[in-house]
Amino acid sequence: MTAPRIRLVVTLAVLAGLALLPPVSAALGQDFYVDLFTRIMIFAIAAVSLDLILGFGGMVSFGHAAYLGIGSYAVGILAYYHIDNGYLQFGTAIAASALIALFIGWVSLRTSGVYFIMITLAFGQMIYFLGESVNQFGGDNGLNIERHSDFAAFLSLDRPVTLYYFVFAWLALCLGLGWRLVESRFGMVIRGAKSNETRMVALGFHTFRYKLVAFVIAGAMAGVAGALLANLTLFLSPSIMHWTRSGEIMMMVILGGMGTLIGPVLGAIAYLVLENALSGFTEHWQAILGPFLVLVVIFSKTGLLGAAGAWRTKSTHA
Amino acid sequence: MPEALLATRQLRKRFGGLVATDDVSVEILPGEIHAVIGPNGAGKTTLIAQLAGDLQPDSGAILFAGQDVTGLTAADRVRRGLARSFQITNVFREFSALDNVSLAVQASAGHSFHFWRSARRDPALREPAETLLAELGLSARLGVAAGNLSHSEKRTLEIAMVLASKPRLVLLDEPLAGMAPEDSRRMVQRLAALKGKVTILLIEHDMDAVFALADRLTVLVYGRAIATGTPDVVRANEAVQRAYFGDEAE
Repeated sequence: MTAPRIRLVVTLAVLAGLALLPPVSAALGQDFYVDLFTRIMIFAIAAVSLDLILGFGGMVSFGHAAYLGIGSYAVGILAYYHIDNGYLQFGTAIAASALIALFIGWVSLRTSGVYFIMITLAFGQMIYFLGESVNQFGGDNGLNIERHSDFAAFLSLDRPVTLYYFVFAWLALCLGLGWRLVESRFGMVIRGAKSNETRMVALGFHTFRYKLVAFVIAGAMAGVAGALLANLTLFLSPSIMHWTRSGEIMMMVILGGMGTLIGPVLGAIAYLVLENALSGFTEHWQAILGPFLVLVVIFSKTGLLGAAGAWRTKSTHA
Repeated sequence: MPEALLATRQLRKRFGGLVATDDVSVEILPGEIHAVIGPNGAGKTTLIAQLAGDLQPDSGAILFAGQDVTGLTAADRVRRGLARSFQITNVFREFSALDNVSLAVQASAGHSFHFWRSARRDPALREPAETLLAELGLSARLGVAAGNLSHSEKRTLEIAMVLASKPRLVLLDEPLAGMAPEDSRRMVQRLAALKGKVTILLIEHDMDAVFALADRLTVLVYGRAIATGTPDVVRANEAVQRAYFGDEAE
């Protein structure tokens, strides 16, 4: 099997597995998994969005949790003022995170390498401290959200399973859009800019514009993840914007396989399932998770997906 | 004499105490292959960098097709038809040969804010790229990652990418550098076949190739253009002989 075919098969298998998870966990009487995997899929959306710029565009944004926060606060703040309309809440979450990504990207993309990492990190922390300082919306104590986003008669997110499939639909949509995006002319430009930016400029591409648009798309997608997260936790807290959260999202991308779309989804599943399982054993779960991540990165530069591909190739050759 | 396609007017560039380009005024005529030669350190690469827009001159002007392009960025110059190849092979290593050239075709096909249709299945990009690669003898290597091509194949790919943007003038920076004699000869044939189709400004150390290809030459020494003319005229020029054969000739 060729690499794209392996990715397609893995993608379909993962989506089928996720689609079947609620009835299976209900049959097993383990409803807890529905909540866990809702959370996993939300972080998978954030990780896919980061990978669009990190894995495909070579932009190492270390402030990606900021957009998660902005999406989340958009929902929370509107709910605080009793504006529960879901279309309005999600529309605001997308518009606000896109707009802030436009500003942050417009400034940050003038730099590259370590400077880009530092400047995106700085912007991320600025937004984190902003969230911590606005006491009206809970400050660092956080704020409860009274109601789920209201999509009227269309669907009610009050039922965990409905919320699960709502998040699932968003994940499938983001994967589909991401797939078209990276294969399109636009996608070829940002991938070319990752591979060799000087050459792209010499070919006549204004790479800055394309990278900025990619940055905005990724920010908006992470904003959706934030809006979904607010609906899952019904709680606003600046901690979801902390830089360590940005690091976790980046870890999911690297763990699963940068520069593929299904890789970050696998990364989110592996990271959060491990976190969940290990934290049941010991409070020092990070001491086990850390070395595991190091091993994956050392032994497979292309993450879990690359490891699966290598194993597959080996077994077909044997 | 027809009007020059590319011309410089008293172009000047200093790096500290070193005058790398010293009042250079050259004219490249439409359709010609114009070679710039000179000993190491003569300022050939600095000159090409200013023409391509990678370096800004301290003073003087660059005119392309009658318009002043001195202040334009590299990307904008490419869009007007002034393309360059690189001295050091500069391709997209992870992309296939066909992807490399398709991307170059895409660069000249309007903006790339197309988010939906697959670029790799777009005949408007693939067909011209395949044709170009076939003309340059790389048909059998379309799917090979550019990083895995041989040195001379990479150099050929580089030429294909430059031509894919349908430029009016190509700046070729040492296209034969590092090539085996056999590959070098084939490349000279390919460049000769381009004569008349596209105007070429050629920087090259291989004198046999230069004299085989060039319609006219400009000789650069210590940043100054000391002679311009047909190969015969330049060969007979005294100043050129001194520069190339050293002061002991005096």
